[in-house]
Amino acid sequence: MSLTRDQVGHIALLARLELQDDEFDDVVDKLSRIVDFVDQLQAAATDDVLPMAHPLDLRQRLRPDVVSGDIDREAIQRNAPAVRDGFYLVPKVLE
Amino acid sequence: MSDDPNAWHGRSLADLARGLEVGEFRARELAEALLARIRSLGLELNAFITVTEDEALAAADAADRARAGGTAGPLAGLPIVHKDLFCTRGVLTTCGSRILGNFVSPYDATVVARLRTAGMVMLGKTNMDEFAMGSSNETSHYGPVRNPWDESRSPGGSSGGSAAAVAARLVPAATGTDTGGSIRQPAALTGTVGLKPTYGRVSRWGMVAFASSLDQAGIITRTAEDAALLLSVIAGFDERDSTCVDRPVPDYVAGLSRPLKGLKIGIVRQHFDQGLDPRCAALVRAGLGVLRDHGASLLEVDLPNLDLSVPAYYVVAPAECSSNLSRFDGVRFGYRAEGAANLLDLYCRTRGEGFGAEVKRRVMTGTYVLSAGYYDAYYLKAQKVRQLISEDFRQAFGQVDVIAGPTAPTPAFALGEKVDDPITMYLNDIYTIGANLAGLPGVSVPCGFADGLPVGLQLVGPHFGEERILNVAHRYQSVTDWHSACPGGFA
Repeated sequence: MSLTRDQVGHIALLARLELQDDEFDDVVDKLSRIVDFVDQLQAAATDDVLPMAHPLDLRQRLRPDVVSGDIDREAIQRNAPAVRDGFYLVPKVLE
Repeated sequence: MSDDPNAWHGRSLADLARGLEVGEFRARELAEALLARIRSLGLELNAFITVTEDEALAAADAADRARAGGTAGPLAGLPIVHKDLFCTRGVLTTCGSRILGNFVSPYDATVVARLRTAGMVMLGKTNMDEFAMGSSNETSHYGPVRNPWDESRSPGGSSGGSAAAVAARLVPAATGTDTGGSIRQPAALTGTVGLKPTYGRVSRWGMVAFASSLDQAGIITRTAEDAALLLSVIAGFDERDSTCVDRPVPDYVAGLSRPLKGLKIGIVRQHFDQGLDPRCAALVRAGLGVLRDHGASLLEVDLPNLDLSVPAYYVVAPAECSSNLSRFDGVRFGYRAEGAANLLDLYCRTRGEGFGAEVKRRVMTGTYVLSAGYYDAYYLKAQKVRQLISEDFRQAFGQVDVIAGPTAPTPAFALGEKVDDPITMYLNDIYTIGANLAGLPGVSVPCGFADGLPVGLQLVGPHFGEERILNVAHRYQSVTDWHSACPGGFA
């Protein structure tokens, strides 16, 4: 195994994913195989190669920073699990 | 036969457009006939997540009225279905996931809006691998799609529902998305035509993002002509996608009949190495022979870093997905876990319960390769390898106009066969991933059958070379009839 259980537990926390006990071994096994597989890249000779930034060598376009006014808050919040007065509700974060 | 509703489903979009134009049938009759097939055969294949019957009939009636009033565009009243990754106003968009199981988009994706404006009638939303992460449609929360050519087999993925629906003659055209082969591979495995345009040719706005530097919207049809017809509508600049390219859109249909004489086709030596099913190799070689017989010349080219494309992809795509999927937090939309003790617990449980196993693996792979101490070794290295692969294509396109070869290493495989082995599953995309890494357009066309299962021939062009690859695909289809074959039980 290229990844330990502790490493996988740490990655899961960083990724904000709760893993059940019965899926943990499978995740460690398959994630290790994936990491071993992508490790093939280490053998590639890339000393003088610039990393790709954009498939067409173009720069990201910017737009003027102006309010477009096309956001309908009520329509968007209809998808939210819990809202009140236009705010999203979450468990208490401050005591 | 022309006025027989039982035969409409076998016709191409272009042919149906002529039927509507001359008043042979109405859009409503066509929609009703196809919806009836979707209700029975579509259910059998599990090709759909949502069928939009009421919306479809209303849109068909509107198209009929526009035709009667002389205000209809050429595509008015023609049916289409959308992969359930495109946001559709007022209709469920699940992306094949539990976490979006209740998500109703307040807006249309640009692709959906353009086809709607052209008068096309949406019949439903197709099943897919969860968040487009899969090559077999088995990662869908809504169950796998069955391949109409053999229902014990996978239709490929991730746009498996779209491909199966088109192959089974439930609809003449479907949208799809292609991040590593998700349009072309299912097209190959179902005997349909799958077009992935150049990165930036079609707006990604309103597509649920997977890997933003690789994702591209495209089309699955039965003919290259139909793909050209639809690409002419969906391609073009959109200010709401910052990577969408501002460049004129040619009339893709006009260029279809150009002769192949003088065309230089590159055959990639590495494509025929071990790993390619010999039956597929023979059919692809025969397909290349057909193109040569019709005036094209075949030249050998090298893509020396082809082997590195799958590992590079499985660093870049998961890295981008781990970032894109961070938005699913149980706060603003989608599924939320019950009874969380605090905010961290809410995030972890919502995501743990809402995502399936493959999505979790990719998010975690991405988190790992981007984490402190590993970024240079994985992500930066992969982006350098990606540059090498793009350079290989650049060199090849200095010598040839089009690169042709296999789309997938095998015909359709059995459901369950590869689901437990992620690496074997990932290697399905060995021939398609390069085009995504380099941002190139590609199309898969049916080129024969291996023991009753369809096989695809892939044509890849240089950036914005859609006109030429569609032209070659169309010429190929005008002298072959593999695309006319219909799976048993779906005629």
